[in-house]
Amino acid sequence: MSYACDCCIARAWLLSRLGGHLERARTRIEETLALSDEDLIAAVGGRNQEQVRSELRGADPETARRRTRSAGLELICRCDPRYPARLRDLASPPAVLHVAGGLERFLELIEKDPVAIVGARKGSSYGLEVARALGRDLGRAGLTVLSGMALGIDSAAHSGALAADAPTVSVLPGPSDRPYPSGRAPLHRRIIATGAAISELPPGASVWRWTFPARNRVIAGIAAMTVVVEAGGRSGALLTAAYAQAIGRPVGAVPGLVTSPHAAGSNRLLARGAKLVTGAQEVLDHLFGAGVRKAVSEERSPLEPDQQRLLAAIGDGHDTPAALARAGFPAEEGLARLATLELAGYVRRGPGGRFTVVP
Amino acid sequence: MGLADTAVRESRDRIHAAILHSGFKFPSAHITANLAPAFLRKMGPGFDAALALGVLAASEQVRARTLTAYAVFGELSLGGDLRDSPGALAVAEGARRAGLGRLIVPRERAREAALVDGLEVAGVSTLREAAEVVMGGAARPLPEAPPQESAHVAEPDLADVRGQATPVLALEISAAGGHNLLMEGPPGTGKTMLARRIPTVLPAMTRAEAIEVTRIHSIVGLQAGGLITRRPFRAPHHTVSPAGLVGGGSPPRPGEATLAHHGVLFLDELAEFQRPSLDALRQPLEDGYVAIVRAQRALTFPSSFMLVAATNPCPCGFAGVGDRCRCGEADLRRHRRRLSGPLLDRMDLLVNVERPTEQELRAPPATSSARACARVAEARGRQLARLEGSHARCNGEMDARLVRRTVRLEDGAERALANAYTVGALSARGRQRVLRVARTIADLAQHERVTTDDVLTALSLRQRSFAEEALAA
Repeated sequence: MSYACDCCIARAWLLSRLGGHLERARTRIEETLALSDEDLIAAVGGRNQEQVRSELRGADPETARRRTRSAGLELICRCDPRYPARLRDLASPPAVLHVAGGLERFLELIEKDPVAIVGARKGSSYGLEVARALGRDLGRAGLTVLSGMALGIDSAAHSGALAADAPTVSVLPGPSDRPYPSGRAPLHRRIIATGAAISELPPGASVWRWTFPARNRVIAGIAAMTVVVEAGGRSGALLTAAYAQAIGRPVGAVPGLVTSPHAAGSNRLLARGAKLVTGAQEVLDHLFGAGVRKAVSEERSPLEPDQQRLLAAIGDGHDTPAALARAGFPAEEGLARLATLELAGYVRRGPGGRFTVVP
Repeated sequence: MGLADTAVRESRDRIHAAILHSGFKFPSAHITANLAPAFLRKMGPGFDAALALGVLAASEQVRARTLTAYAVFGELSLGGDLRDSPGALAVAEGARRAGLGRLIVPRERAREAALVDGLEVAGVSTLREAAEVVMGGAARPLPEAPPQESAHVAEPDLADVRGQATPVLALEISAAGGHNLLMEGPPGTGKTMLARRIPTVLPAMTRAEAIEVTRIHSIVGLQAGGLITRRPFRAPHHTVSPAGLVGGGSPPRPGEATLAHHGVLFLDELAEFQRPSLDALRQPLEDGYVAIVRAQRALTFPSSFMLVAATNPCPCGFAGVGDRCRCGEADLRRHRRRLSGPLLDRMDLLVNVERPTEQELRAPPATSSARACARVAEARGRQLARLEGSHARCNGEMDARLVRRTVRLEDGAERALANAYTVGALSARGRQRVLRVARTIADLAQHERVTTDDVLTALSLRQRSFAEEALAA
């Protein structure tokens, strides 16, 4: 049953109420959120402190419960023994988790070694394909894929898992009844149909800049391992990795071109000792010991030698019909062979008609 | 009297001056000229010459009996000259239909009017000459044909294109099957240059088509003298209004879609066009004509054209070109949304155009317009034979039922298509498009049945609607 204690509900309400006040503390959001209600108000409340205090005293938890129920959400608070144990490693475990898609299901899913796949909003076609493939193969291996449903890498990871008919869990920067970004509403619906979407903010709360790093700490807290697929030098995904490292969780990263700005951050993680991840197998090896669990890759019809050569050429960066023609694959037959590879799921056509190899 | 517009009402002053300056006398009596039928709105100065001759006949300066055999068309200057007036071909056809055997038009328009068979056309440059013709003066020879502009301007040719193997292939397919074509590529890669060469690859117009095109261009005053033999290429700017695109206004004038009749309508920067303008193109694309309904009557303008559109792959134009693209995923989605819609549904082919390499620029051209045109004509011939007795003249015009009846696939081709459909790469409508294009590719390759490679090539040139892309993601 869905339940959360009055004190935790009041805390969730307070975060929503302080909203913009917390912006000032967004660079130290984890320490800030670890403060008690009273200290938090004193730290960021400014001139409105008294007002906020009296509102907090007068806030009715029953109203908040009714609102979450009518938004179709279930609650669990940190006073509940079933509260996700890993989250307690955080300095500031969220007081309440607002769960869309079913609390029981959510608790069950994050028991199954959730792996966070995170990365930049603006990933390259390569990064997006790798994230999708990781989501797909980890999902197929029975692990729960966890991410933030942001544009780019995050969404690719979710949709990869869904493509393998595996449930996936999203942690949102805003309330979990309202998909953020709103353009991801269809993906959100698919996620909560078989998995769950969660948030520490109550319905009606706004998205602020601080809610993104706050969300990232929740992802790092729930995940048994965090994999950064593609992150620029200042990507928020690096923050997720830092939170994970701070509580001693393993962090992996997918290598990218050293010349690509999309991969500067993830490559730096590797240089500083993150686990090298090229596919689901490395993640499984790391979590369960080498070779204990085998990744099952997708069944695709086998390729003939000339098709394999074409695939290799695309992987080498000859990613358009014209580039392939220069590499010795004539345009006329080239188009037909490209269509074969695409339909068999070996390559995908991206923006500008460029092909990317699907791992 | 008779529902005349300002230009017609002003004609009494022009006629007065022109008659005096031509050495005739203007009768000093009350003159009534009736423009019948009375319910039709009469427009423009084209009635001047006829009215003036009428006045001269009524005042017995010109023999009235011979005048009844003539149609007379043209604007008068105050000095009595007959000025160039647009629309002579339509007038000539009207005169023929009305059973008149003789026509007097301004000299510049004589060749154009003479395109109508069984009509004796006299081109004159003054009212005096017109009067002489009516009185039985010497027949006036038609003026010499004006020198063809191609003598001065180099005609575009596919041989000017270097590299671009795939776009040229797509261009040939679209011309061969009458398929609408969408080109996607960064700025400056040659999309417009390629589009301009499509009319040179299309088969020559029949005489009936050429006369139709000449009439349209004559009415809007775009054409002086002679038959238009080159297929029109119209490239309206993306700020064009719906009325400018499909016609409209009062009096209704044909729009770009009609001016492109039997030719190519090219929309550059497709994403920049206003939605209402693009929506207005649905009817001509569907039916091959535009119907304009006004309070008093409905008009139809023929507008059967090949639609060719070009667009940047993303707002900045450099999607996929290494790290040059500055657009986020949200920008890309917005761009795609701007493009999607009913118009995209009618695009059978999508091809990506890239910048040719330096090496390709130096290489000899792969083909020429003449070569491609011959292949296209051959393929069109096969289509005509196959589609005999149906409404369609080329594969691009086939509807679902016709596709089912006439497109035969080899077994492997059938399997490839079924596979594409099951993996979700195709919608039902997309499948139709692929079948039409595959049939054209087979026609170009002279395959009786559509082979697997034909279908696969068509699949790789398929236009992917927004919905299909979402489906595949």
